[in-house]
Amino acid sequence: MSDQPTPGTSTTPDVPGGSDVSGAAVRPGDRVFRGISFAAGATVLVTMAAIAAFLIYKSIPALRANTVNFLTFQQWFPDKQPSMFGIGALLYFTLVTSLLAMVMAVPVAIGIALYITYYAPRRASQSLGYFVDLLAAVPSIVYGLWGFAFLARNMTGLTLWLDKWFGWTVIFNYQPTNEPNNLSPFTAGVVLAIMILPIISSISREVFRQVPRDQVEAALALGATRWEMIRTAVLPFGRAGVTSASILGVGRALGETLAVTLVLSSVYEVNLHVTESGGVTFASNIALKYGEAGEIGTGALIASGLCLFIITLAVNFTAGLIIRRQRVA
Amino acid sequence: MTTLERPAPTAPPRATLSGQKLPLYALPLLVVGVVVVTLLLFALTGFAGAAGFVVVTGLLYTAAQTALSFWVEGRRQAVDRLCTTLVYLAFLLAVLPLVLITWYTVRQGIGVLSREFLTTSMFRVDPEQPGGGIYHAIVGTLIQSLLATAIAAPLGILAAIYLVEYGGRRPFARAVSFFVDVMTGVPSIVAGLFVFTTWILILGFQKSGFAGSLALFILMLPIVIRSTEEMLKLVPADLREASYALGVPKWRTILKIVLPTALAGIVTGVMLGVARIAGETAPLLLLVGLNQKVEYNPFAGRIDQNPQASLPTLIYEQFGIAVGNTEAPAFQRAWGAALVLIIIIGLLNATARLIARFARVRG
Repeated sequence: MSDQPTPGTSTTPDVPGGSDVSGAAVRPGDRVFRGISFAAGATVLVTMAAIAAFLIYKSIPALRANTVNFLTFQQWFPDKQPSMFGIGALLYFTLVTSLLAMVMAVPVAIGIALYITYYAPRRASQSLGYFVDLLAAVPSIVYGLWGFAFLARNMTGLTLWLDKWFGWTVIFNYQPTNEPNNLSPFTAGVVLAIMILPIISSISREVFRQVPRDQVEAALALGATRWEMIRTAVLPFGRAGVTSASILGVGRALGETLAVTLVLSSVYEVNLHVTESGGVTFASNIALKYGEAGEIGTGALIASGLCLFIITLAVNFTAGLIIRRQRVA
Repeated sequence: MTTLERPAPTAPPRATLSGQKLPLYALPLLVVGVVVVTLLLFALTGFAGAAGFVVVTGLLYTAAQTALSFWVEGRRQAVDRLCTTLVYLAFLLAVLPLVLITWYTVRQGIGVLSREFLTTSMFRVDPEQPGGGIYHAIVGTLIQSLLATAIAAPLGILAAIYLVEYGGRRPFARAVSFFVDVMTGVPSIVAGLFVFTTWILILGFQKSGFAGSLALFILMLPIVIRSTEEMLKLVPADLREASYALGVPKWRTILKIVLPTALAGIVTGVMLGVARIAGETAPLLLLVGLNQKVEYNPFAGRIDQNPQASLPTLIYEQFGIAVGNTEAPAFQRAWGAALVLIIIIGLLNATARLIARFARVRG
């Protein structure tokens, strides 16, 4: 909030801030308090910088020892002689599960947000919002347990159905002859979709709430049906917000660990068929391998964590920029 | 007499602006019809399964309703009805997993919940056999979350004060604000790896509850900053100006006027932050390790002492012991612990909402 003229004591300490709202600007208490809160703000930047710096520092030795292409190699044997590891499979499955999650979650999340803002009875709308947000309160390990013990067991029919009717799309093709156990990227995608629903829908909800009342009522006054009003007034206004909400959701899905670790049966091999079991992501690889990792193995895991950090950073950066542009406009 | 012309009794012109509408009874009738048709379909073709029935009924109903509306009311109303149905369906689709997860967790977990389960540890209990408890993990989770909060809450609130009261539109403040957003998206496992790299690999400390708290702190800080910032922005500028006019220095104004006004909202934000980190698993897996005994000291982590346990890592550990066998006692124990964890987080959330409801920011 910049409606208070702020004293410039820390940037220009030699100039006594005479014309300050709070009177004498150079009171020692003020200076101390300002310094402390400034330092607290700086922790954010320092922490982010430190994360990047230390992860890079500790991953360099492992990357030096690596004998294969780090970006394309699919297996993970950092502690063998010679050391061989690469993020090919990790990158592929991380992107696939997150994309599946996004494709499933975004339409539903937009629907939820529209329901809460424009369809539900007004008095119920806030509690309905809390209700959906409760999905965000379920810990990721519980999602993992549920995905493993309940969802995967009940997806067999869907997997076979998708194979029968959509097998030609290649991605839903199910080739093994045994009964599917559904510990597959597809199941992981469903779990992730449920997990990122609340974040996408709550941001979209806020954006839809901010649609200018005049535009909504103007559309209705012109005889638009409720859907036509939403299409012409609400959705165009909310486009940027919903886009960045979806990107933030994907960012969440990319780094999700335990839910994916428990659901995927780890197979380090790129496989286009998403309903076949197997797959491993950046995060699940770290959770699976940290215990048995030797010195180079730890460095290799840190290197893969660094990649995940960079990817999520880029994703969140994009989302932040879109939100900011919308705020300015 | 017969020459007197009467208007055709079939279509009396109605003085109304609205077009033809479906009568109120049409849609319930349609539901019944669709259910009957689906039942017949299932009986004739040999489809089976409750899930399939619900899906087919839903699809048939949506199609039938749209077609009927198109026929009676025209294209625009039909599209409107279709979209309304889809929006309702989307909401039901979100409620479904919530209900399924809650129901399944309660069903699986309620069996092992007992006084013993909550008040004893796993010390000298064979995890393959029933028995034992999760007291050590509850203690660990509470202490680690509290420690993380003790660091994150003051720092976060101060940072928010900087952003709202001092930062203005300075480049530094805008950078901080932007990176708070970015930091919110740092995956929990990356936060865990970072603390692992610095605290354990470089500084040479052991795994401990405190190391876990450090990672939780990183995850919690941006949440606290963001929510506190929103609350401070809600404090009316008049209050601050009145205080300045009385000659109160800025720092005292913030401490005595701004913070108390926004206190309830800030507490809510902090509680939601705690709820968010209490269920974090990934960083604790890397940093805390496992222990079967009760350990109150979060700094314990030497060779002679085991580090604290925590609920999420206990769930993961028991899941591992069960090796996918959903009937194993360890798996039941994992579900019981999951239920307890959900209850703790639910209580935190509910408290936060209550505080928010009963003590809004007052102007």
